[in-house]
Amino acid sequence: MHTWVVAINTFREAVRDRVLYNLIFFSLLMMGAAVLVGGISIGIEHLVIVNLGLTAISIFGIVMAVFIGVGLVYKEIDKRTLYALLARPIRRWEFLTGKYAGLLLTLAVNTALMTVGLAMALLYVSHGFLRADFSILVAIYFILLELALITALALLFSCFCSPMISTILTIGLYIAGVFSSDIRSFGALTGSSLAGGITSALYYVLPNFHNFNVIAAAAHGEAIPAALIVQNTLYAMAYIALVLFPAAAIFSHRDLK
Amino acid sequence: MPHKAIEIDGLTKDYYTGFWRKRPHRALDGLTLQVENGEVFGFLGPNGAGKSTTLKLLMGLMFPTAGTARILGRSIEDVGMHKQIGYLPEQPYFYDYLTGRELLDYFARFFGYGPSERRERVDRFLERVGLSAAANIQLRKYSKGMLQRVGIAQAILHDPQVVFLDEPMSGLDPVGRREVRDIILDMRKHGRTVLFSTHILSDAEMLCDRVGVLLSGKLQGVGSPSEILDVRVQGMEILFELPPGRALPPDLAEQTTQTGSRLRVEVPEEELYAALERLHLRQARILSVTPIKATLEDYFFQLVGRENGEHHAVEISKE
Repeated sequence: MHTWVVAINTFREAVRDRVLYNLIFFSLLMMGAAVLVGGISIGIEHLVIVNLGLTAISIFGIVMAVFIGVGLVYKEIDKRTLYALLARPIRRWEFLTGKYAGLLLTLAVNTALMTVGLAMALLYVSHGFLRADFSILVAIYFILLELALITALALLFSCFCSPMISTILTIGLYIAGVFSSDIRSFGALTGSSLAGGITSALYYVLPNFHNFNVIAAAAHGEAIPAALIVQNTLYAMAYIALVLFPAAAIFSHRDLK
Repeated sequence: MPHKAIEIDGLTKDYYTGFWRKRPHRALDGLTLQVENGEVFGFLGPNGAGKSTTLKLLMGLMFPTAGTARILGRSIEDVGMHKQIGYLPEQPYFYDYLTGRELLDYFARFFGYGPSERRERVDRFLERVGLSAAANIQLRKYSKGMLQRVGIAQAILHDPQVVFLDEPMSGLDPVGRREVRDIILDMRKHGRTVLFSTHILSDAEMLCDRVGVLLSGKLQGVGSPSEILDVRVQGMEILFELPPGRALPPDLAEQTTQTGSRLRVEVPEEELYAALERLHLRQARILSVTPIKATLEDYFFQLVGRENGEHHAVEISKE
């Protein structure tokens, strides 16, 4: 209950801080792309629009998740808005999960509105939807899972680091997570058992963002296996829990000077 | 047996400073203090004395290095106890994207009130602190005094048993200070306990049943303001006028100062009647006789001076 109260306020803060203004840029991008692609592409309008739209949804979401996520807790401590709040009968972990849920809600609304924009652009170039377009919704769902994981990481770092350090760590971990499979392959290529062991360990420890990226498959209208949907959902939930538990533990024992 | 409102036992807090080699700095040193139910208690001390640290420890915003504290018989680690307490932080800053009404409504939600009760409470307390007209203005447009008022409103919104106010008069104009004083007195009238820290010593004198003086993290003493002042009557002031041509008594001449036709002399309390007798013999017109009491401010400066190596004979009652 308290978590939800904090979440709604966090969402309200994002809306009033004009965070959703990024939708204007997204709309302009989609409109421009649709008009341009419709004029010059022959037969690949759908592919280009889906690719561009999903990539933009992902990038806009990541930027929001990182830059708002690292300030979620830090800003409250820095501005001392947290003091009066924690004098209420609210536990610190409730506050933390509330902030997390609030940003997720913001990202979900933002992504939903961008999805509508993408659908309109698709409607403009393809004059209708195909059954295979369902994959686009799965890709968007995976993007949301990815954003939920990135937000959790940003929140964890913001519990004990400055926003700048938290941003660097979150982006660094995201990039490492995108290339975690390549890191393991590289370790195997070296032929060294030590390097192979380390890169294998990194592969399992780092968040595997690679598996969340099905943009190319969705653009080509390929079906996304149900097993991958279940696997990614469980993986994201487990990893988020593993990140949020230490975040709550650290924050719950932190002195607010 | 009912619990005391606040029981603090050996509360100690060390801060660690420095980057490589962290050195401890003791902000609060073994504070032991009890505040009774229904009492207005003033926490006095200069900047850095440990007042805000104490309040933050009691609110669970920081964790003690040593010692314990209980509020209404419940540990300060018990978040459920927060239903019965209110807190105004020092120089409060709230979500500036919210209006005054939205902020109070947000805080009220943590107490499980329904929409109609929230609305009623928010309106009532906005009026109580004189912010009804500014209720729908975003807090980023509030002045410092208005923020202080909305801060007080959020602290008492849920009718708490014990209220902690960190520098509640800070940033307020005389009207605002009077309103806050009235709120504190009203809380006392309704049996609430108020602990507030302040630099404005006249407010402490006016409002507090007892005060505690904190200096460099150590409690110097606890007592009623009158207890503290009574032991330090410094002398008697006599204001008088002399008829034309009359000279001052020789033994008073040296200490006497003149402003216009009025003369002023300070004498030790035990020499008052002898001095009045001598003035009477010279047909002086006595305008007033006033005991010179050190103000709490004087007392305060003496303590600070003592801390800095000067020695003054200041005795106050210790608990």
